Amino acid sequence: MKFLFLIWSNLKRKKLRTILTLLSVLVAFVLFSLLSALKLALAGGVVMADANRLIVRHRVSFIQPLPYAYMARMARIPGVSAISHTTWFGGIYQDPKNQFGTFPVEPDLFLPMNPEIILPESQKEAWLKTRTGAIVGRRLAERFKWKIGDRVPLTSPFVQSKSGGAWEFDIVGIYDGAKKTTDTSGFFFRYDYFNEARSYGTGLVGWYQVRVNDPKQATEVAAAIDAEFANSPAETKAETEGAMFQGFAQQIGDIGTIVTAILGAVFFTILLVAGNTMAQSVRERTQELGVLKAVGFTNELVLGVVLSESLVISVLGGLAGLAFGWLVVTGLAQAGFIRQYFPLFFIPERDLIIGAVLALALGFVAGILPALQAMRLRLAEALRREG
Amino acid sequence: MSASDGVLVRVKDVDKVFHRGSEEIHVLSGLNLEVAKGEFLALMGPSGSGKSTLLNLMGGLDRATNGTVEIGGERIDAMSDRQLAAWRARHVGLVFQFYNLLPVLTAERNVELPLLLTALSKAERRQHVETALTAVGLTQRSRHYPRQLSGGEQQRVGIARAIITDPTILLCDEPTGDLDRKSGDEILGLLQALNREHDKTIIMVTHDPHASARAKRIVYLDKGQLFKEKPE
Repeated sequence: MKFLFLIWSNLKRKKLRTILTLLSVLVAFVLFSLLSALKLALAGGVVMADANRLIVRHRVSFIQPLPYAYMARMARIPGVSAISHTTWFGGIYQDPKNQFGTFPVEPDLFLPMNPEIILPESQKEAWLKTRTGAIVGRRLAERFKWKIGDRVPLTSPFVQSKSGGAWEFDIVGIYDGAKKTTDTSGFFFRYDYFNEARSYGTGLVGWYQVRVNDPKQATEVAAAIDAEFANSPAETKAETEGAMFQGFAQQIGDIGTIVTAILGAVFFTILLVAGNTMAQSVRERTQELGVLKAVGFTNELVLGVVLSESLVISVLGGLAGLAFGWLVVTGLAQAGFIRQYFPLFFIPERDLIIGAVLALALGFVAGILPALQAMRLRLAEALRREG
Repeated sequence: MSASDGVLVRVKDVDKVFHRGSEEIHVLSGLNLEVAKGEFLALMGPSGSGKSTLLNLMGGLDRATNGTVEIGGERIDAMSDRQLAAWRARHVGLVFQFYNLLPVLTAERNVELPLLLTALSKAERRQHVETALTAVGLTQRSRHYPRQLSGGEQQRVGIARAIITDPTILLCDEPTGDLDRKSGDEILGLLQALNREHDKTIIMVTHDPHASARAKRIVYLDKGQLFKEKPE
């Protein structure tokens, strides 16, 4: 700590240069934060996926429905322990831009299948008793300021009601997520109400969730399900939730690789900037480093002082960048289009830790060569040099 | 550090050879020198005669090609780099011609530098710095940066930094070389006082006869050899 003033004074030597370097590191880490949140948003389903849940959908595409009758046949397949189903409704509230995840489900099948949805027992009972009842996620309820007892009219671009008007729902429950990564922007209502009131497609569902006894057998069970419905008018494609969400994400591209490539390029550039700053700083004060050695600083101590300067720039810039990035991401998460399309939009704690480690690593790599150069300076020669 | 026979510095059969490409430059050849404890020695000679090189060898800033350098009974030529750094911190005070202060530090921070290598507390370091700055008459300018000080004042800071650890030996390389006569006289008076009143052993490189006149003994260096009298 007693060397801190020396390190700090050296950083203040060329204030503009230090500030510009700090800013470049800061911008890199803001980008890191944004890409980290974007990566989570695009691959959010993979994060939320349960290892022992399968998704069974129509082999052609997700928008092709499957018969409700498949449920009983799947239940007989060895390894299957529970089944639930859901259908894409695409509910719109008041304005077409207010579209969100809206799904008809059977509560007594759906809730045990999705234990990450935390719903008080009394609200669960109310849902089972109320045919038009719906439960909404905390995030969605806050977005539209809904509370239990509210009657909410929704329209759907995909499913018309027999009456031709809006679908009416009664909010009977507000659920929370078991984990931070649980999506709480969903709207779930009863399938029996939906199935009877819709104008076409009765007896069809969008896709199934199937719980398997043993996650290790998930692939075999998925193959057995597909075999069961092979050569039928509605062949299936069964896969783990993780694989399905991964497939979705990869329709945009390999998000992980794209993000890594962008960050790699950014950090390599920043490494050159910070490394050049440090190298220039050492070159400019050769004689001063000689003086430090002359008064008794060891070579290792001189290395430590120079390396610390690089670490201070990198860590300060990095942490400020992460903090600023966190503020930006938190702000963006409140924006309408983000809330609508990316229910998971935040910087995971793991990425914040990786960011902090990255800041340290950047400081070390940028500073180590100039620090070694300072360490190896020959004392008598350094004192003779003008700078 | 002890020197039982009163000799503090013993340079014996020292050669120093520099290499410039394939060319060998013999700066010092078989040089011998003894300096007694409490002595104020002036080392004179023309430019390129090897004065500063010899001073560097005695201060552990450079290593002899051959021969031994013994200070207070310790063979500093046999020390590792790390040992030598620790030895310098404890036993050597250096005063440079161009002061060599760190421009980013105030006068008091410059003076404090060698104390960072000790186990002294912050308060103790502050106390020592104040004492050293008082000794060179610069307490009023302690918060000033080198660029805000005159040449003479900067050299006083340099001397305060050199004496802050109460070193065994003070090595001064042209300490008045960059100063006007008045400032130079003040610095020489300060060095004389340190020698007389505090019994500091001082070796001063100079080619100014006015400066060397303040020393108790003068030796001359020319073409890598020492002379008691100024060579023709």
